[in-house]
Amino acid sequence: MSRDAWKGRDVISILDFSRPELESLFAAANEFVGPPRPRKDLADYIVATAFFEPSTRTRLSFTTAALRLGAKVIDLSPDVSSILKGESLHDTTMMLEGYSDLIVMRHPSEGAALLAAELSAVPVVNGGDGSQHHPTQAMLDLFTVKRLKGKIDGLTYTVLGDNRYARSATSFLYGLTKFRPKMVYVVSPETLRPRDEVTKQLKGLGLRFEQRSDLEQVIGSTDVLYLTRIQKERFPDPNEYEKVKGSYKLTKDVLARGKGGMIVLHPLPRSTELPYEVDSSKSAAYMTQAHLGVPLRMALLQKIIGGGRS
Amino acid sequence: MSRGGGRPPNDDQTTMLVRKIPDGSVIDHIAAGKALSVLRLLGNPQENGFTIALVMNVSSSKMKRKDIVKVEGMEVSQEQVQRLALIAPRASVNIVRAYRVVAKRNAVPPRTLRGILSCTAPTCVSVREKDSAPSIFFLSGRSPLKYRCKYCGRELTEKEISSQLG
Repeated sequence: MSRDAWKGRDVISILDFSRPELESLFAAANEFVGPPRPRKDLADYIVATAFFEPSTRTRLSFTTAALRLGAKVIDLSPDVSSILKGESLHDTTMMLEGYSDLIVMRHPSEGAALLAAELSAVPVVNGGDGSQHHPTQAMLDLFTVKRLKGKIDGLTYTVLGDNRYARSATSFLYGLTKFRPKMVYVVSPETLRPRDEVTKQLKGLGLRFEQRSDLEQVIGSTDVLYLTRIQKERFPDPNEYEKVKGSYKLTKDVLARGKGGMIVLHPLPRSTELPYEVDSSKSAAYMTQAHLGVPLRMALLQKIIGGGRS
Repeated sequence: MSRGGGRPPNDDQTTMLVRKIPDGSVIDHIAAGKALSVLRLLGNPQENGFTIALVMNVSSSKMKRKDIVKVEGMEVSQEQVQRLALIAPRASVNIVRAYRVVAKRNAVPPRTLRGILSCTAPTCVSVREKDSAPSIFFLSGRSPLKYRCKYCGRELTEKEISSQLG
């Protein structure tokens, strides 16, 4: 396999991709930024979206990306499909494989996309599996950094929030291992620190990071602040959620102590950690980040299923 | 077999406790207290008519305390030896024929385990879809023994592995 082999590939974890592959994706995505024009690149293809969990940005940006490239989109809605009758992920995947050329899947179980990819002959793109991976979000996040800061290397990153259950945060950290950040601060309340298997992985991959509990200690040196909401829906014990609810918040006052030129990213949706008053700040980059999801996912779809059938 | 609060026998005395077997397998260096788990892992050969000898809590220079299992007439297979490594990572197996040791097999943990262990993460796909997705674990540590779930990355500790199989 060449170092930039995207054709027919599953996208399960950002760890599966090399830096040159990610850079070629970002270069391709750059071509799709700006006013859209009619395209027929994927006119012969059908993309299936199968979201077993709620989604706004991932589902709609994939759908928009497919439509902008001329593909057709079919959507599996768990609340009106045989999943309500207890149909397994195995059988659901086998159906989607027969009806489409690529499957975008989000599922509450860790490993669901990997299992689907093992079963399916058509590529599977992980749109989030439990609290584990969200690779295309991480690709989008790094692409946003590249566009807004001009580079990914040499910057100081602070990843603030629910670093235990937020798959976006985990995947962003995994994505940073492909580059050379100056420093990564992982800031969260004690109970929301990354899981052991994640920190072990990050250490094994040589990421230079420190765990902190106070944003104010590091905001002055941060170039990219990556914020996530507390993933209430993933707490096994509601009492544990109550203990950390509202435990961190990015206010305009805190932001004012930030480094000049700092950008704030958030995978959205937001909760109380990101008040609307921050939206007017020059640092607020999360809406741009969300909008870049379309060109990034256009590039991804084109690389995986574009260029004619093989 | 030693009983009550007396001192456990040492290696030399062990031979006095259980006679030599003419044919079969001697599984030595089992962590103390795990002999019955080893029998279960071997499919409880006593239920199929094999004669079993257990020596439990004997003193050992290597392990302080250990168990020994002798199964008369049954040769433990290489696959069974691999599985043994999951609950008795330091176990050694001697295959005996006509009172002579003809083969020695050390328990080596398999690199991959399919459908043997269960993931402890309740939201792992191998748990939620277990009927269609058998668990797969990769060896991630030998001492202490650790296995990592292919699907969610959760590691099982030696204690968790032992309790699942014991």
